[in-house]
Amino acid sequence: MSLIDSISLPRGVRLPRIDGLIQWIVPLAIIAIWQVASVTGFVPTRVLPAPSDVVLAGWKLLLSGELVRNIWVSFWRASIGFLIGGSIGFAFGLANGLSQLSAKLTDTTLQMVRNVPHLALIPLVILWFGIDESAKLFLVALGVFFPIYLNTLHGIRTVDPQLIEMGRIYGMTDGELFRRVIFPGALPSIFVGIRFALGIMWLTLIVAETIAASSGLGYMAMQAREFMLIDVVVLSILIYALLGKLADSASRVLERLTLSWHPAFQKR
Amino acid sequence: MQTALRTSLPETELASRANFAPHARVVREQRPVEAGLPLSIRGLRKSFGDNEVLRGIDLHIPAGQFVAIVGKSGCGKSTLLRLIAGLDKIDAGSISFGQDTQPEDIRVMFQEPRLLPWARVLSNVEVGLGRDRASADADTRAAKALTEVGLTDKRHQWPSVLSGGQKQRVALARALVSRPRVLAFDEPLGALDALTRISMQRLLERVWRDQGFTAILVTHDVTEAVALADRVLVIDEGRIAHDVVVNAGRPRERGSAELASLEASILSHLLSAEDRT
Ligand SMILES: Nc1ncnc2c1ncn2[C@@H]1O[C@H](COP(=O)(O)OP(=O)(O)O)[C@@H](O)[C@H]1O
Ligand SMILES: [Mg+2]
Repeated sequence: MSLIDSISLPRGVRLPRIDGLIQWIVPLAIIAIWQVASVTGFVPTRVLPAPSDVVLAGWKLLLSGELVRNIWVSFWRASIGFLIGGSIGFAFGLANGLSQLSAKLTDTTLQMVRNVPHLALIPLVILWFGIDESAKLFLVALGVFFPIYLNTLHGIRTVDPQLIEMGRIYGMTDGELFRRVIFPGALPSIFVGIRFALGIMWLTLIVAETIAASSGLGYMAMQAREFMLIDVVVLSILIYALLGKLADSASRVLERLTLSWHPAFQKR
Repeated sequence: MQTALRTSLPETELASRANFAPHARVVREQRPVEAGLPLSIRGLRKSFGDNEVLRGIDLHIPAGQFVAIVGKSGCGKSTLLRLIAGLDKIDAGSISFGQDTQPEDIRVMFQEPRLLPWARVLSNVEVGLGRDRASADADTRAAKALTEVGLTDKRHQWPSVLSGGQKQRVALARALVSRPRVLAFDEPLGALDALTRISMQRLLERVWRDQGFTAILVTHDVTEAVALADRVLVIDEGRIAHDVVVNAGRPRERGSAELASLEASILSHLLSAEDRT
């Protein structure tokens, strides 16, 4: 056992490490070229500040506490909005996937509302809530609702009917059938919804914060624009990208953990 | 690491069978007389809309008999089996088992294994315990059923890594784990390759002889029918057209002249039914 382990370990470990490095080559190269282009004056710093300037701006904001506060505000809005919209979407998806009556009652209405781009509601939302927290939460929740709703519904409706029949044959109660057959069967589709919703969540928040906010990353970027602090603008954009990437990675990890049975997630 | 090595080896059905055969042949109990239930079907009818599928089936199956049902495609074999298993509603007539039955007494196995992909092999087998799923000895009973089908070492695997034959063996273990008294099979080996089929046929015969349940096997393979069954029913035009007794002793010798001539006569019944359409 130990012998076999020590022989095959290098192969198992070295490969992912090289793979992990490979994906950073291009971004690092871009940053290096960007830095050189800025320092040599090829790209004017009024158009794009050097990466070193962006890092410096970030350091200053970090020391003043402003950066952490704004990131925290945006993160909080994103999570709460996601939780609210996601839970409602999930609940409707469950109800309409499991009950014909519920689906007949609400699905058509929801499908109609879906065709309204939620960002088009911004003027209305500002009239309703002003630039209050609830305005941002409402928009994020609304944006997140539909992908979660649609994918939960789709997931439940496409669970293999033969498996459901099998569950009934073996005497599963409704609760057991849901827990052991329907929910696990719908989970891959629900994760598609979550990943999609995370993208919409950041997009909505950026737009809402740049238009109607007095704190948060989007607000920080707009403030910086007023004072022509281009390094802070670029910094905000990069932080948004980073947060988006983090959320996506988190959902991937969760997916990998809960769908380990799925052939697509089995390494061997 | 061991699992990695094992899965990297190409494993054939026959190889894995050779592995388990010595352990799986547990001391054969005296064939339980009480195990199987007799089955009486009277005037059974079933239609789907205008399509009159079963037009009066009358049938008595003694306890513990192994019956095969053959017939051309679409003649209503699956319909009959689903009615016996209580999965669909009867239009007219009756099916009785001679006494009150529990849901766990009657089990069905389909052509598709219908395993839960997100449950390990052992918990898939536990599903078969029905209302006893939550009992303390569920694990032990499921593990025992897995041993009976020779898959002890696969208990912690996901179904997706199993071969078609292994999946069907897990489905068999799930059907067996509640010690059913009637077991209905709807072309359970239809999707398997020839070698796997033969090893599965032997397995079916062995568990049937060990446990003594009443077996009803729908198949399109007449060779399989005469190799396994005590009796072969040919369904045509919604009725039992022929009722053929297979007297050959067990274990049966595949390809013997006796079985071959039976097979030929059943095939000729089927072909004449086919020609009329
Ligand atoms: N649920 C159903 N609804 C409508 N027609 C059905 C249904 N199930 C079976 N049938 C019809 O009943 C006939 C017999 O089907 P089946 O019992 O599956 O045949 P077999 O198993 O012998 O091939 C076919 O004509 C089929 O189309
Ligand atoms: Mg059929």
